[in-house]
Amino acid sequence: MKKNNKKKLKINRRELLAGTASFGAIALTTKVVNSQETNPNNLPPNVPEWTAELGAGVDANPYGMPSEFEKNVIRRNVEWLTASTESSVNFTPIQDLEGIVTPNGLCFERHHGGVSIINPKDYRLMINGLVDREMIFTLDDLKRFPQTNKFYFLECAANGGMEWKGSQLNGCQYTFGMVHNVQYTGVKLSDLILETGLKPKAKWVLAEGSDSSGMTRSIPIEKILDDCMIAWAMNGEALRSEQGYPARLVVPGWEGNMWVKWLRRLEFGDLPYMTREETSKYTDLLPNGKARMFTWVMDAKSVVTSPSPEKAIFKKGVHQLRGLAWSGRGKIKRVDVSLDGGKNWKTAKLHDPVLSKSLARFTLPFEWNGQELLVQSRAIDETNYVQPTIQELQKLRGVNSIYHNNSIATWKVNKDGTVDNVRLG
Amino acid sequence: MFDLVRKLTIFFLMIAISTILHASERKFNLGKIATKTEIAGWNIDVRPDGMGAPIGSGNAIDGEEVYAEQCASCHGDFGEGLDRWPELVGGEDSLDTHDPVKTTGSYWPYASTMYDYIYRAMPFGVAQSLTHDETYRVVAYLLYMNEIIEEDFVLNEKNIGKIKMPNIEGFLLPDPRPDIANLNGKPCMKNCVSPTKIIGKARDIDVTPEDEKS
Repeated sequence: MKKNNKKKLKINRRELLAGTASFGAIALTTKVVNSQETNPNNLPPNVPEWTAELGAGVDANPYGMPSEFEKNVIRRNVEWLTASTESSVNFTPIQDLEGIVTPNGLCFERHHGGVSIINPKDYRLMINGLVDREMIFTLDDLKRFPQTNKFYFLECAANGGMEWKGSQLNGCQYTFGMVHNVQYTGVKLSDLILETGLKPKAKWVLAEGSDSSGMTRSIPIEKILDDCMIAWAMNGEALRSEQGYPARLVVPGWEGNMWVKWLRRLEFGDLPYMTREETSKYTDLLPNGKARMFTWVMDAKSVVTSPSPEKAIFKKGVHQLRGLAWSGRGKIKRVDVSLDGGKNWKTAKLHDPVLSKSLARFTLPFEWNGQELLVQSRAIDETNYVQPTIQELQKLRGVNSIYHNNSIATWKVNKDGTVDNVRLG
Repeated sequence: MFDLVRKLTIFFLMIAISTILHASERKFNLGKIATKTEIAGWNIDVRPDGMGAPIGSGNAIDGEEVYAEQCASCHGDFGEGLDRWPELVGGEDSLDTHDPVKTTGSYWPYASTMYDYIYRAMPFGVAQSLTHDETYRVVAYLLYMNEIIEEDFVLNEKNIGKIKMPNIEGFLLPDPRPDIANLNGKPCMKNCVSPTKIIGKARDIDVTPEDEKS
């Protein structure tokens, strides 16, 4: 048995060394299938197969990818949600991530006209309207301005939007995954406008993308001058195309739709522009038929990422509950966790760093002995805002407002350790 | 007479000087000044008051043909929306019901937004391919289908900012949030009153994509 294994491995290795892509792919697929089971030959006291062989050389992966055993850690979409994948959304697998940084390839995507592919040499940012000088900047120009590096979360205003009426999607990823958190590198708009000057009448900025949807949003000048930036890098490397390469707007703490990707133009004006995305969409319909408009800030929110519908508990004994919390109003101050559906709460440990308008990581150890649990988390931010229940939000806003559902979710841990997204009432 | 000319000249000179003094200096000498032609090509937005509306015109009668060719394959012959593509017509008196239907007629507060969005983003995948006249025609057709204008009403850059949309009073400003009760940072920790009866399960709704279990 052992001998056979060795022989097979040698063949695989020769195939890999031969360097043909198809052979490499076959070897990879076989291994992934096998990865579901433990191979006793690799366990003590045996010498594992990867010890008896050389591994791949430094030229094998010029741009490294995650281990082949992590193939299930991917963005996922819900096909029935939208008419086409080009105007649609997928979700970050937050249940599989640790710490506060979202890897670039896992940041959820929301496009309205697909992913634009832009040669940075052809990139131009136009600034027009109520400025002293209407100007055009290249990407290289932008990179010569004073630089800023900041961690911020980006959350779609519709994150959890399917859960207003009841528990609908049985997954942490599908109900909370329209959020990501990366470190942005770019130029603050307050620095950029030192070049163009600003007319006193300028009160609003129209941000416009160059994608096929020509995404546009109006942003008040106070926010633009406070902390908005144009980013060209995320987590240390150039923006991914899905996130607006080569440059996007960053609007810290405010709904993701305003963070215009593939940014091509900023127009300064004296009134809001009332674009499609701030009138027919991203307005919050109330039971009386009126809709809230310009609901920009993302209120405090948290979620337990494990245990969760994708993260069942398999063994009795001690476990580490993990979760994420964030607030568009500043820093997370505290996160409480309940295992009995909100009757009793314990304060979780918040891990460094806890940054303003960034995801924060919390953990809490707990014992599980096969009993049913109703797991909840509740965030409190530095403004003392306490994350509400769904009942409170429904009382205030009904069930048809789609956006800004920041309520507490409930995961039910069943006796067999599986986990369900449930609604309490 | 001479005196007046001299006074006027000094007056205008002073205005010119004060304007120059007021205008800011460039700080980094980066980027270039945009030309009028460059701006005109990209400055396509249209505001509720009609600012930015390009010269052009069209009525619903002509709009029907443009709509049938360019829009109906997704939005349906009568704006009813095919598959999951958006409905564009109808939905009046539905916003305060359990099943609100948000269309250009029932929900959109400004006709300018229709022009702006259709010109910049439609037809889906062929953005900015309609002429200005074609765009005015399609907007006129949708306004007519929603019973907002007559079929021979000629929509143009001068009147698009004056169209009264049915839901113009439907939006609330400013944002009243934080609208929740607990803003003191001190929620209940022990023996709290809280609903613990399970009234719904996502598993029972059964609309979660299958790969979920992997």
